[in-house]
Amino acid sequence: MKLSLTKVVNGCRLGKIKNLGKAGDRTMDIPACLLYTKTGSAPHLTHQTLHTIHGLPAMAQLTLSSLAEHHEVLAEYKEGIGKFIGMPELLLYCSLHDPVSPCPAGYVTNKSVSVWGLGGRVEMTASKFMAIQQALQPDWFQCLSDGEASCEEATSIKRARKSVDRSLLFLDNCLRLQEESEVLQRSAIIGVIEGGDMMEERLRSARETAKRPVGGFLLDGFQGNPATLETRLHLLSSVTAELPEDKPRLICGVSRPDEVLECIERGVDLFESFFPYQVTERGCALTFSFDYQPNPEETLLQQNGIQEEIKYVDQTKKIKTTSCNQEMTSFEINLKEKKYQEDFDPLVRGCSCYCCKNHTRAYIHHLLVTNELLAGVLLMMHNFEHYFGFFHSIREALKSDRLAQLKELIRRQAS
Amino acid sequence: MAAAVSPTSLESAPRIMRLVAECSRSRARAGELRLPHGPVATPVFMPVGTQATMKGITAEQLDALGCRICLGNTYHLGLRPGPELIQKAHGLHGFMNWPHNLLTDSGGFQMVSLVSLSEVTEEGVRFRSPYDGDETLLSPEKSVEIQNALGSDIIMQLDDVVSSTVTGPRVEEAMYRSIRWLDRCIAAHQRPDKQNLFAIIQGGLDADLRTTCLEEMTKRDVPGFAIGGLSGGESKGQFWRMVALSTSRLPKDKPRYLMGVGYATDLVVCVALGCDMFDCVFPTRTARFGSALVPTGNLQLKKKQYEKDFRPIDNDCACPTCQKHSRAFLHALLHSDNTAALHHLTVHNIAYQLQLMSAVRASIVEKRFPDFVRDFMGTMYGDPTLCPTWATEALASVGITLS
Repeated sequence: MKLSLTKVVNGCRLGKIKNLGKAGDRTMDIPACLLYTKTGSAPHLTHQTLHTIHGLPAMAQLTLSSLAEHHEVLAEYKEGIGKFIGMPELLLYCSLHDPVSPCPAGYVTNKSVSVWGLGGRVEMTASKFMAIQQALQPDWFQCLSDGEASCEEATSIKRARKSVDRSLLFLDNCLRLQEESEVLQRSAIIGVIEGGDMMEERLRSARETAKRPVGGFLLDGFQGNPATLETRLHLLSSVTAELPEDKPRLICGVSRPDEVLECIERGVDLFESFFPYQVTERGCALTFSFDYQPNPEETLLQQNGIQEEIKYVDQTKKIKTTSCNQEMTSFEINLKEKKYQEDFDPLVRGCSCYCCKNHTRAYIHHLLVTNELLAGVLLMMHNFEHYFGFFHSIREALKSDRLAQLKELIRRQAS
Repeated sequence: MAAAVSPTSLESAPRIMRLVAECSRSRARAGELRLPHGPVATPVFMPVGTQATMKGITAEQLDALGCRICLGNTYHLGLRPGPELIQKAHGLHGFMNWPHNLLTDSGGFQMVSLVSLSEVTEEGVRFRSPYDGDETLLSPEKSVEIQNALGSDIIMQLDDVVSSTVTGPRVEEAMYRSIRWLDRCIAAHQRPDKQNLFAIIQGGLDADLRTTCLEEMTKRDVPGFAIGGLSGGESKGQFWRMVALSTSRLPKDKPRYLMGVGYATDLVVCVALGCDMFDCVFPTRTARFGSALVPTGNLQLKKKQYEKDFRPIDNDCACPTCQKHSRAFLHALLHSDNTAALHHLTVHNIAYQLQLMSAVRASIVEKRFPDFVRDFMGTMYGDPTLCPTWATEALASVGITLS
């Protein structure tokens, strides 16, 4: 694969990754997001409903935490996870963990890392890990790594150092195992940058990892709440400055629109798309605008709309859901609210998704109130399409040097 | 048992059913319903979309499967979101954005089966809402009023439903009351030009009572008849006899809707006995428990034996699930918390039911229905002689032998 940059504006990289996929004929624009999946399937969506979404990413994210327990089945299947899950047309990236469900800390050793599936814990040495990847055959996979330095409240320098040392050791082991396998050589290993919140260790991790023949870099340990990301942004800039320009930079655990823009400005290329899933799970729909060049009449209407929503959200109680434990943001509306009971508008006027073209807020409200499965399906379709549209607008804004406008628009809508 | 001559209706009621073919041996018929939202080929299986949704599948998916009529439940929708809101949304069709036909039941069955503190009087069914505790009376007039607001293409009379396991004077009382309630529904119906009101034959498992009900109800000017009060806890032997009795005395030129019937074997047998329309929650409900319907029965896909089974659910099934996915993948997905697993199976099970009805219909049109039945039973039970006794007897009664 080959990453070529079209331009770099204020630290933001606009470009293309070419020669992707087993046949080397696919391309991916950056910045971009990856399609979030659970056990190899987009949440709530079958192939049919998934493919009504416009602007689907070229690459999907699989999680080892949901797939490791099916390792034997995949080994016997032989033809790889892409075909097994019915997504042979998408590029596939396999991360270690699911960004939505944090895994219990304290299970990384010098020799192994554990992931947590629904069937329980799966402990993996480098050998076992690579055997699993051999059965999965993704296009890219996150290397086995120690991400726990960033889990605790205050990382000690010792713990940060250990996370870097261990991750480099895992990386070298995995690279060696890759050399011994023709199948594994068709996948690219993504090196993982660790080091907790210690600048020294982060720089060491970046420099050392960059020396290895990895396909790209995963910036681990920057996830958390908006406040923690804020403090880590400085760290992020310093880290990406150490990385080669011609390899993609992924970040895990960051998916909110405002945070995405902050990270793009600090040299990140690829993001996970779990945020629209979290929004779906709390019965909400993304409504934030990313139209940074609306026509003048629209501007007035939209501004009034946004102001109304922001005012309302200030008065709204915070919502905690079991699966996501996240508060509602001001990028979304909560369809369970009584005011939507008789609202026959689509979720977002002008949205081209299946839900907005066919259904009303009142209908979604009814589905949520009656606990019907279709609520999740329709909201997921809308939220993904809206989110993918946001990423498209980022690329367009970068192309036409209007990212500042987009950033301001998003900032105004962030709570 | 010789088939009795079926009377034609005495009045010139709207004829919504056109017969296309009849089996020369059994009572099976192939036809076409002409309904406000388009034609429907019969025999037809109607999936149940209780609360204005076919569970996890979209209207587009349901349409793509070839479904042209499905059910909504008046009881549920009458409570949430309520008829006023649905009317504002341009009826149930507008509210759920379903372009084809809808059939709504009266709410009577749910009333009695779901609500423990319901009370039936001559007025109607009095009950307490489980959501807000309010007391309501569902009368024949009220039921029709709600269904008028919903705007469904076929609406059902409010009937006095008793469980098929009940015996004694209550059954007779319910049968006569259902006739009186039918008349009240007919009188209250505001939109006979847009919505077809069906009567529901009651009488439990008593041949005399059922015959009386048939005689009386067929005097009324309705576009179609449902056979009710069955598909409860009764034995299959009693069940088929009541179905056969009913079809023998229902007019040939009007559709016969057998309520609550959905297992594949039951569908095939009851088509042979002369039924045209069926509904059942079974296929969609069982999908959500991980069970996939196949010509040999069903596959409990959560079981370990499917873990490494890389075949589709059914090689001959044309549904999107079978075209793209293996049993092994569905097994893995069913063991996850991704609801997509349930939707894959819902799509398949609806496809199975619709494909079955299509195949039944083609065999009637092509004059080979008895052979179709023999093949079907052979596949399902391994050998036609291993078919359940009740089914063998029922089929024999209309001239179809299995060996």
